[in-house]
Amino acid sequence: MPMTISEKILAAHSDRPEVTPGDLVEARLDFAFANDITAPMSIRVFRDAGGERVFDPQRVAMIPDHFVPNKDINSAIQAKELRDFARDQQLPHYFEVGRMGIEHVLLPEQGLVLPGDVIIGADSHTCTYGALGAFATGVGSTDLGAALVTGRTWFKVPESLRFVFSGELGPWVGGKDLILYTIGRIGVDGARYKAMEFTGPVIESLPMSDRFTMCNMAIEAGAKVGIIAPDAVTEAYVRGRAKRPFRFYRSDPEAVYEAVHEWDISGLEPQVACPHLPENVRGVSELREVPIDQAVIGSCTNGRIEDLRIAASLLKGRRIAPHVRCIVIPGTPEVCRQALAEGLYEIFMNADAVVSTPTCGPCLGGYMGILAAGERAVSTTNRNFVGRMGHVQSEVYLASPAVAAASALVGRIAHPADIAAR
Amino acid sequence: MSIRGKIWKFGNDVDTDVIIPARYLNTSEPDELARHCMEDADPEFIRKIRPGDIILAGKNFGCGSSREHAPIAIKGARIGLVIAESFARIFYRNAFNIGLPILESAPAAAEIQEGDEVEVDIETGAIVDRTTRKHYQAKAIAPFMQELLAAGGLVPYVRRLQRQASER
Repeated sequence: MPMTISEKILAAHSDRPEVTPGDLVEARLDFAFANDITAPMSIRVFRDAGGERVFDPQRVAMIPDHFVPNKDINSAIQAKELRDFARDQQLPHYFEVGRMGIEHVLLPEQGLVLPGDVIIGADSHTCTYGALGAFATGVGSTDLGAALVTGRTWFKVPESLRFVFSGELGPWVGGKDLILYTIGRIGVDGARYKAMEFTGPVIESLPMSDRFTMCNMAIEAGAKVGIIAPDAVTEAYVRGRAKRPFRFYRSDPEAVYEAVHEWDISGLEPQVACPHLPENVRGVSELREVPIDQAVIGSCTNGRIEDLRIAASLLKGRRIAPHVRCIVIPGTPEVCRQALAEGLYEIFMNADAVVSTPTCGPCLGGYMGILAAGERAVSTTNRNFVGRMGHVQSEVYLASPAVAAASALVGRIAHPADIAAR
Repeated sequence: MSIRGKIWKFGNDVDTDVIIPARYLNTSEPDELARHCMEDADPEFIRKIRPGDIILAGKNFGCGSSREHAPIAIKGARIGLVIAESFARIFYRNAFNIGLPILESAPAAAEIQEGDEVEVDIETGAIVDRTTRKHYQAKAIAPFMQELLAAGGLVPYVRRLQRQASER
């Protein structure tokens, strides 16, 4: 029977010849992890469920990335619970401040999550790793805590939606614009419970960083996973990083999809999601008059070196608009080192931007850039819900690093081409 | 299990940041989380509700983050049940795992009004609006999920299975 990539991975991990949407399967996990917000509860569940040792220390990570370096005393207590657990369980993949990065940038970079894997993380953006051709999904702390004991978890096999992108990507348009466009078309529950499979010549031409950005935001359409068939680009990324063997799966040509969306994206301009839902998407040129107070460039969505390079190409030799804060957050120490080596820190600082240590920080209104009532941010993050980045009367516009950098320079939402032309 | 309470009505796409804002996620204590439940949608919510009251919402309730703090905040606030047209998948799974009853019914979500007195049989999914005397039938909960709810969540459920295995 023909299967999609998602079905093939789930079948292989539950020792079945085949699975079909709706089947309940108990799958072997290749990797499981939690962060400083979700781990304390998972650790409690692990102990309550009778756990003594995690199923495989090599396949577990604890990553304090949300409110770390500790933003307050309670955050310090949570980070300590995670640290103590990692020490007690002798987990090799615990990442202390200095080695810690934003989980979904860090784990692929370190070769800990790989093509063909089944992965759960106690964080909704775990779907990021679909970019590698893995079946990866976010769960709550209880599911994660139980999985730390057993190394398995149950899934309902999702229906798949196929997205075929063709045409020519315009200048300043990339993975962030494609996924915002997609969410704008299908809505924040357009893929609820389903697998979103991104295909077509445009996807095949995308570098890994853009693929991660797209799969990262599959959850913003309600999806269980976002997934891209691995190819030579994936191979080149994974080679030299992978800490264990991996396997490429591809959908069969006759695989069954609940729906197929075929879109020619030629002429698509940079996309922006307006408050307060990621589906409120418009072309950047419709929003040129919207003034901003802050620009954030970073997060699990857009905190990779390629994102910082795009921002730097616009900020180089220019200055952030007066009264605007531009906060740049590299995703991992490796991204920091690379940015330093390429002179990007100097470009950011000369433009009057600030560069933070890796952290989720302002994306979820934690710290490092909270908004006051009436303030507005352009952000490369993933959610623009009410109060997401601070006060309930603040606003977040989601966009690419190019749009965020261009907007920071003029103090209102801007098309990157307007800046580049100056 | 039967629940009777007053309806508090919300719209579509109620996200986890509204259910429990991230600024309060530096703890996982249910009572502390409950204090801020639905705060960004209605700052007075927690002071207005009574134990056993029911949240009613539109489509995609609980979208956004995987934070289990969201259903814990609702359960901690002594809300007896959430009825919605539909739920986001991680929230759905989390609610059962921690033993918060939830039911899906599009007609109930559309027609029942804030303030109505509603009685619900969790096992059968029968919803009765005592104010309007209208009846609704929620989508059936899978038997496995029913067992989770009856046990009080995934952890007590797993422990019960372990106990049964050792008694054999």
